[in-house]
Amino acid sequence: MATATASRLTFRKPSVIPGFGLTFGLTLTWLCLIVLLPLSALFLKTSELSFDRLLVIMSNARTLHALQISFGLSLAAAAINLVFGGLVVWVLVRYDFPFKRVVDAIIDIPFALPTAVAGIALTTLYAENGWIGSLLAPLGIQVSFTPLGILVALVFIGLPFVVRTVQPVLADLDAELEDAAASLGATRGQTIWRVVLPSIWPALLTGFAMAFARAVGEYGSVIFIAGNLPGVSEIAPLLIVIRLEEFRYADATAIASVMLLASFVLLFIINRLQHWAESRGGRER
Amino acid sequence: MSIDVVNITKTYKAFTALDAVNLHIPTGELVALLGPSGSGKTTLLRIIAGLEWPDSGEIRFDGADALNRSVGERNVGFVFQHYALFRHMSVFENVAFGLRVRKGADKLPEAAIRAKVNELLALVQIDWLAERYPAQLSGGQRQRVALARALAISPRILLLDEPFGALDAKVRKELRRWLRQLHEELPVTSVLVTHDQEEALELADRVVVMGKGRIEQIGTPGEVYDTPATAFVHDFIGESLSLPADVRGGRLFLGERAIALDSQGASEGPARLLARPHEVDLADPAQAPFFGKVLAVRTFGPIRRADIQIVVPSGHVVVEAAVPFGEGLEIGSQVGLVPRRYRVFGAKA
Amino acid sequence: MSALEPAALAQPLASDGPPTLTKQARAQNGHRPARTEPAAVRIALTLIALAFLGLFIGLPLLLVFVEAFKRGAAAYVAALSDPDALAAIRLTLLVAAISVTANVIFGLVASWAIAKFEFAGKSLLITLIDLPFSVSPVVAGLIYVLLFGSQGLLAAPLQAWDIKIIFALPGIVLATIFVTFPFVARELIPLMQEQGTAEEEAAISLGASGLSTFFRVTLPNVKWALLYGVLLCNARAMGEFGAVSVVSGHVRGLTNTMPLHIEILYNEYQFGASFAVASLLALLALVTLIAKTVLESRLAEEEPR
Repeated sequence: MATATASRLTFRKPSVIPGFGLTFGLTLTWLCLIVLLPLSALFLKTSELSFDRLLVIMSNARTLHALQISFGLSLAAAAINLVFGGLVVWVLVRYDFPFKRVVDAIIDIPFALPTAVAGIALTTLYAENGWIGSLLAPLGIQVSFTPLGILVALVFIGLPFVVRTVQPVLADLDAELEDAAASLGATRGQTIWRVVLPSIWPALLTGFAMAFARAVGEYGSVIFIAGNLPGVSEIAPLLIVIRLEEFRYADATAIASVMLLASFVLLFIINRLQHWAESRGGRER
Repeated sequence: MSIDVVNITKTYKAFTALDAVNLHIPTGELVALLGPSGSGKTTLLRIIAGLEWPDSGEIRFDGADALNRSVGERNVGFVFQHYALFRHMSVFENVAFGLRVRKGADKLPEAAIRAKVNELLALVQIDWLAERYPAQLSGGQRQRVALARALAISPRILLLDEPFGALDAKVRKELRRWLRQLHEELPVTSVLVTHDQEEALELADRVVVMGKGRIEQIGTPGEVYDTPATAFVHDFIGESLSLPADVRGGRLFLGERAIALDSQGASEGPARLLARPHEVDLADPAQAPFFGKVLAVRTFGPIRRADIQIVVPSGHVVVEAAVPFGEGLEIGSQVGLVPRRYRVFGAKA
Repeated sequence: MSALEPAALAQPLASDGPPTLTKQARAQNGHRPARTEPAAVRIALTLIALAFLGLFIGLPLLLVFVEAFKRGAAAYVAALSDPDALAAIRLTLLVAAISVTANVIFGLVASWAIAKFEFAGKSLLITLIDLPFSVSPVVAGLIYVLLFGSQGLLAAPLQAWDIKIIFALPGIVLATIFVTFPFVARELIPLMQEQGTAEEEAAISLGASGLSTFFRVTLPNVKWALLYGVLLCNARAMGEFGAVSVVSGHVRGLTNTMPLHIEILYNEYQFGASFAVASLLALLALVTLIAKTVLESRLAEEEPR
């Protein structure tokens, strides 16, 4: 009797809520069809290339330059966003000023505005006869069609990543911490440097890494303003498109694999950073 | 409807939540499963409900196997610890839910549903809240909604998981009395899980004390309080004063000194002597079985308690004893302790 | 608390006799609330932040609308009623409708499996669902070309059955679904995880079936989060450029979506027309943001306390 009961029970599901098999199966199937299989096609195509061929493609000066520009400028843009994004968060969370809600909402524009629209708007803005470009031209500064233009576009698209990652952490920060630091004799500067900043540091780094990851792969907002001069202002995603249009599939595939690998590494880093952020400055659950 | 729990075992990875538990709950009784967290009481309740399944063993309702029926088919009313009210539904719709999801021949006409829900809301005394949403209710009101919702399906068994856990002390006491009254009016077999001994002792017909996945004692509130079956029960229910002792040749020893107290048939070897602080008299140290140094005397309201440090072979223990009104105890002085009532448990018990 | 407010500080000063400027300044520096900076610093920081936001976000947004209407309303209407523009708008709406529907179904199914059950490898699954966020849109387009293109892995069977995916609607839809893949799921999963399973268990213990539990309890509990996800998903689907650009083939009137149409017009120096179409997408972005702001307060209601 007891054994019969036990063997029957083994096949029972451990939850009363139904539908796990169906929903889990559908999730996995759809994920494989849309994401995993196509992505593995990229690696399959890359693995068809011989190592020598791969080396030739990747050591091509134009390829190297494009990667250098994409990664270098993305890093610079993420750094700018780290500083100014951090400042924007501080002002938004700590100070009051007119139209604060509007300003807060506008931060998400780079998320919501299609990249092509952002691209042509920034290009026109910074063109020699544009609103900002015409002010900079007498100073001898050219933004549109130079690497500086790429930087501007990458700052634009990366900003919300830093702001939206850090904002909730700073808002949740226990204000008593600062009171405590002040009561122990710390100056305002010391309190911010030693108490506030370490608490939001994991979130800042997470936002930085996210802005960087987004910038490396960015295409739409950059190609209009970049000028796309090979070796000077040509980004890696554009080079993939150009190689594809030239039917040089091997080149396109190889560059894309490098970009994808970089994405994976960044994803992993962001994942670790988020865990760290949760265990440190994050919300207590 | 009676409930039989037969040899129920449940493990989570390395942790044994329930270890061959047997329990009979007769029809109409209100039983409390009482124990510290991790004692398996909630797991047992969820297994009875059909929200979880045991690794082995049987659950029978009125003698019929219940394990082959899903929670929906068992017709049990379950009151969740945090109520699990449907937050987007009004109080009325929450209570009506179980009636609305019925299909086919069981489906009640709208008028019958309304009548039944209104009757239940009146029963739990919240008919005036029918159109409110759960977020607009106080904790005590939510508790009543949860109960009305569970009762709406005319359950044969009512299961309550820490029903008063999330409420503050005053509301808790009030609701406790009210629930007991409700049980008199509506004698559905009920099982309630709690870690609050006061709650269990006041509410339940019988108390099942659980510890580490096993049942330590089953009895009326009076029985588990006055004659605890194990040292665990003695410790867990009510206040306890505990002293290490030894049983040698059927006699009780503290270290090398024989004590003039009954060993109560405890097994040979190390043992523990347990007593209630208010059942220990203060006496002349020279004539008492125990004596020690007064460390502190505290007064809370009508009660006075003294911390007394007693030297035992392994060092010393501090016990708490009641100080009768008018007794002057000097800190640092020696005082004797005579337990009026006590229990001796062998180390294995 | 109120003793820390600057207003409250003025009173002890007043009783000390007529406050001199220096004394007041010293008092403000010495007894400033512990949680903030001097007023001058606050104002300066606020101005820098606002200037930065205005320069990088406000101006580009404003410029889109100014450029769109610079040449008058007639030119604006003409640009939008051009047959190619209308075709692009129609295609964009169609693609968005299909991909949002697909992602809503996927999002609901995935979040049910992930949030309501415990199983091994759950966090890996969540990471994989989030994966398309970190893939460059160009790479997202490329992988479909490598799979379905004329030299792709599946080229032979597709040719045999005369199925066209790349440079056609299916490719555009696939690429759009890929880049918007996580949008709905990532709004639902954390919320449903926080809401837990107690309400579903309660419904089932009251006799509800699985489907009825889903439609009567789970879905109403996440409706605002779902709408929020749909909104963001839709904005991205309509605006996607890189991935669609790679798979579309840019056939005017056939495989051009609105963002691609904007690009073509811009490259042909038809700036007015280009910005006119862009203004529609910018408007969509603004509406999305306004709806998002409104929804956020609703979302807070769904968070369990």
